[in-house]
Amino acid sequence: MNFLLINFFLISLLLVTTFFIFKTTSLISVVALTGAFTLLCSAIYVNLDAVDVAFTEAAVGSGISTILMVMAAAKLPEGKKNKLINLFPSIILAVAISLILIIIIANLPLLGDPNAPIHLHVVPEYLKESKDFFHIPNVVTNILASYRGFDTLGETIVIFTAGLGVIALLTSNTLNRKTNFKKNKKK
Amino acid sequence: MRDKISSSPVLSVVSKILFAPIIIFGLYVQFHGDYGPGGGFQAGVIVAAAFILYSMIFGLSKGETLVPIMINRYLMCVGVLLYAGVGIVSIFLDGMYLDYNVLSSDPSTGQHIGIILVELGVGITVATVMIALYHSFASFGEINE
Repeated sequence: MNFLLINFFLISLLLVTTFFIFKTTSLISVVALTGAFTLLCSAIYVNLDAVDVAFTEAAVGSGISTILMVMAAAKLPEGKKNKLINLFPSIILAVAISLILIIIIANLPLLGDPNAPIHLHVVPEYLKESKDFFHIPNVVTNILASYRGFDTLGETIVIFTAGLGVIALLTSNTLNRKTNFKKNKKK
Repeated sequence: MRDKISSSPVLSVVSKILFAPIIIFGLYVQFHGDYGPGGGFQAGVIVAAAFILYSMIFGLSKGETLVPIMINRYLMCVGVLLYAGVGIVSIFLDGMYLDYNVLSSDPSTGQHIGIILVELGVGITVATVMIALYHSFASFGEINE
């Protein structure tokens, strides 16, 4: 009962946050509200006992990406309002997507259903054997680093490539910065 | 923007006090990830947050003296290479790629060593990429101004 009450409270807060994200016109407030949104999401994950996911969501979603979005918003010209010119196509798109999602939700297994397909494939095997074999209590770490080591290697390379891309796009003249400063001083 | 040092003494004192505990918490998350929630991804982000806080409060130039840009870029590669290198080492020890059982005479100890090294590689890459992202965003468009 408590679980349901907390979930209901958090999800209604999410709805309120979404409404205000839609309503505000200033970019900085949108960024701040998005940070609050991801923090609420991580609270929901804690409520669902997915502590590792909640930890990642809090650190990455509401921590670092909010800072990066603030930095990006600070670079944009001030005083421009966020204006929606033609609402009609977006409303049709939103309604269509919501309808599809609602139809899908009806087919999903219930929350915590032990006979859900996700709980029947490899999970029982992992849960049974991982503690005796690895002597590591955190099954998430075992799956992430050992059972699914290739996936995690791929994820690390994705992060690395993303960093390289941003560096190449935004700081192409970082290395020449000092020489450029000298040139400016000479002028 | 670049060398604007925060005028508020509260911010600078608080960030000086918080800098070391944030990094220690990051290391705790990194190496305690086997026993509790956490691991390389989260630890990397937490450690990066400490450095980003430092450069936000004391200016980008001071942040760059703390973590020089080129060293940061080399560390980005070191993390990925450490992860991939563990796989290569296990090939040379007659195992399959990323098979940690062969890293030690006892398979269970081998898994421990492998998981800790791999998570360290993830942590290093994530932390340095986040710092690099922040520096790229913060120093963007400086020369044009």
